[in-house]
Amino acid sequence: MSDNDQVPSWSGAPVCPLPLTNHETVQLAHGSGGRMSAELVAKFFQPRFSNPYLDRLEDQAVLPRPAGRLAFSTDTFVVDPLFFPGGSIGDLAVNGTVNDVCMSGATPLYLSVGFVLEEGLPLATLHRILLDMEKAAGQAGVTVVTGDTKVVPRGSCDKIFINTSGIGVIPEGLALSAASLEVGDQIIISGTVADHGMAVMTCRQGLSFHAGITSDTAPLSSLISEMLRATGAIRTLRDPTRGGLAATLNEFAGTSGKGLEVVRELIPLRPEVAAACEILGIDPLNVANEGKLVAVVAADAAAGLLAAMRHHPLGREAVVIGEVVASHPGLVAVKNAMGILQILEMPLGEQLPRIC
Amino acid sequence: MKYLSEYRDPQVARQILAEIHRLTTRPWVVMEVCGGQTHAIVRSGIDQLLPKEITLVHGPGCPVCVTPLETIDQAIAIAASPGVIFCSFGDMLRVPGSSRDLLTARSAGADVRIVYSPLEALQLARENPASQVVFLAIGFETTAPGNAMAIIQAEREGLENFSELVCQVLVPPALRALLASPANLVQGYLAAGHVCTITGLDEYWEIARSQRVPIVATGLEANDILEGLLMLIELLEAGRCEVLNQYSRSVRPGGNLPARAAVNKVFEVVDQKWRGIGELPGSGLKIRQEYQNFDAAQRFAVGKIKVAEPVECISGLILQGLKRPDACGAFGSRCTPEKPLGATMVSSEGACAAYYLYKPLN
Amino acid sequence: MCLAIPGKLVEIFAEGGLKMGRLDYDGTINKVCLEYVPEIVIGQYALVHAGFAITILDEEEAAHSFDAWREFNNIREKEGAITFDNRPGKVRD
Repeated sequence: MSDNDQVPSWSGAPVCPLPLTNHETVQLAHGSGGRMSAELVAKFFQPRFSNPYLDRLEDQAVLPRPAGRLAFSTDTFVVDPLFFPGGSIGDLAVNGTVNDVCMSGATPLYLSVGFVLEEGLPLATLHRILLDMEKAAGQAGVTVVTGDTKVVPRGSCDKIFINTSGIGVIPEGLALSAASLEVGDQIIISGTVADHGMAVMTCRQGLSFHAGITSDTAPLSSLISEMLRATGAIRTLRDPTRGGLAATLNEFAGTSGKGLEVVRELIPLRPEVAAACEILGIDPLNVANEGKLVAVVAADAAAGLLAAMRHHPLGREAVVIGEVVASHPGLVAVKNAMGILQILEMPLGEQLPRIC
Repeated sequence: MKYLSEYRDPQVARQILAEIHRLTTRPWVVMEVCGGQTHAIVRSGIDQLLPKEITLVHGPGCPVCVTPLETIDQAIAIAASPGVIFCSFGDMLRVPGSSRDLLTARSAGADVRIVYSPLEALQLARENPASQVVFLAIGFETTAPGNAMAIIQAEREGLENFSELVCQVLVPPALRALLASPANLVQGYLAAGHVCTITGLDEYWEIARSQRVPIVATGLEANDILEGLLMLIELLEAGRCEVLNQYSRSVRPGGNLPARAAVNKVFEVVDQKWRGIGELPGSGLKIRQEYQNFDAAQRFAVGKIKVAEPVECISGLILQGLKRPDACGAFGSRCTPEKPLGATMVSSEGACAAYYLYKPLN
Repeated sequence: MCLAIPGKLVEIFAEGGLKMGRLDYDGTINKVCLEYVPEIVIGQYALVHAGFAITILDEEEAAHSFDAWREFNNIREKEGAITFDNRPGKVRD
């Protein structure tokens, strides 16, 4: 366990008092289904997520019949360190799955949460993470309806891993897909790239690095509602998490079979993020984002969509960065500062391990 | 970023390019020595905008690329030893040894850590007194002063668990070797600005005069390289075998004296094998007798290692500027940054990696 | 390994007997060893390689280069030759 597990001073929100228990750290018995498990649920989980579905404490949540097609997504969060400027593993666990669900255009409704805890994890750390999750769920408008906790012996996992699965309802008639890209479509990014990945990377450098970089983790559901209200001509949405913008653009090119072209100078980048990328020798296009989306929209609807996005706090820096083209089908090309087009490949693995 | 972005201004680049076009009256073969220069050139695409009379040849200035296979295998063997924390710059992790690389060794349980400075490795030694911390000290003259300081500091503090596995190489002997080769077609050189920042320009004057070639020390941004190239073309067109300093904001004629003093204190010049090129006299550095306690090669007897280069890899020819990366049959197919056959494809300064990462669309 | 990044010195301190500093790169602050630039003062820019400052950037030389290029078009018209300070004038046979 490193110093990063201590409650950090930048977390911001007023801290709820730590529930009283006989232990300071997670014990194996907390995961065994017996009295200590029940105590953990009652004192730590339930107060954070209380709602009629969860409070029944059944083996499953029984949900009302959905009003339409369901979007369903799952993601597991193993970020290291647990707390970083701008958020924590708790924020990512909620926002990450909320975002995956709402990229379909769905309104996110319910989450499940599964924890794997390492024996010895300070309960204060768990409490802090749960407070972040509570706040994030509230902001995203989602309800945590069911959950599970396992505890593994010291060394079998690294502090805490969280899985969340999410369900949302897709508006009638909406069918977003990267397969529907057409030549001339405009590619829009909702804001600056590489903030999250570099926040975590520079935080990992510890004392050597103090970057003024904060993670952009945020739920994008309300921004997407505004976007769908503004135009029916959006082809597809995606949040560029692991692998960054490069991965997302390559996925679009692969699925659609179309060529994509973006201009590097148009891609928004914070100066301190650009600097950190220079120092660490990393291409910002390959770095994870946790509060941004890429939208592909028909050309004549682009201006209207941008205006709608810029009205929203999470879309103020939205900008067109490129378009779908007739040439080089299936390939993504980037125009560099000298005006030369270069192929942007799918990023290699392990550039930035355990970034989300 | 200040002192960085200005040197990437495309407008200035175009102005310099226009001048280069105007000045060039006949074919010239020019080598940029440093891998950082190669990457800047390929990334910015300026090589595609030069007059066709100018042929740019990529040089051997990639320290990871020229590290002998024996050293890589030695590093992996040490990393796999119990009780060792093995520290290295990130590039080295995927350089293939004879049978595996440091990353595979890490997956198999070796404690291999990426550091950005030898001082980080030193700090690990302080924090882990029960472990042996070994730092892979690879580099050109730019890196030697830092590696020297880590050893000087370790001695000052009486650290007994810190050592370096050294493969430091020197540029001027390599230039002399390339110039002496009958296959050499290069007529002028762009020298590495950060190496010259440490060493100064005296040795380059010696080469320019005795070998009758012009040399210009340049910075590593696109416009630095373009300006340096312009100056070099001027010298070539005028038949002047001089050394010029494009990077005057960083390079002083005498170099960095305290840095050179530290290097001389800790290291001595030896003959060194360069992967793909062979042994070059007086081209490397070795830890002096007085500091042998900090020499990992002596501390860890890993025995004579039998090395085997992959048959298809032409890194050696690429490092000598005799072939380009895209001339290799395996380029981009059997050899990629993810599964490299040679170091030139995996190093951040390797020519093959540059060609792969910044593939022009046509 | 040849890569060195420019940053502005904002703090000097000692650590383990070594002269250390903190450099500001557009908002990212990094700890750096200053032993090889002993004369550096706060506010100056340095180039950093592998955690060590290797040179103090000469602002005059840098500005010189910009000014030379900014005035370049004018000079070229007037003299028909390239003028950089301490570089050879163009000689054509």
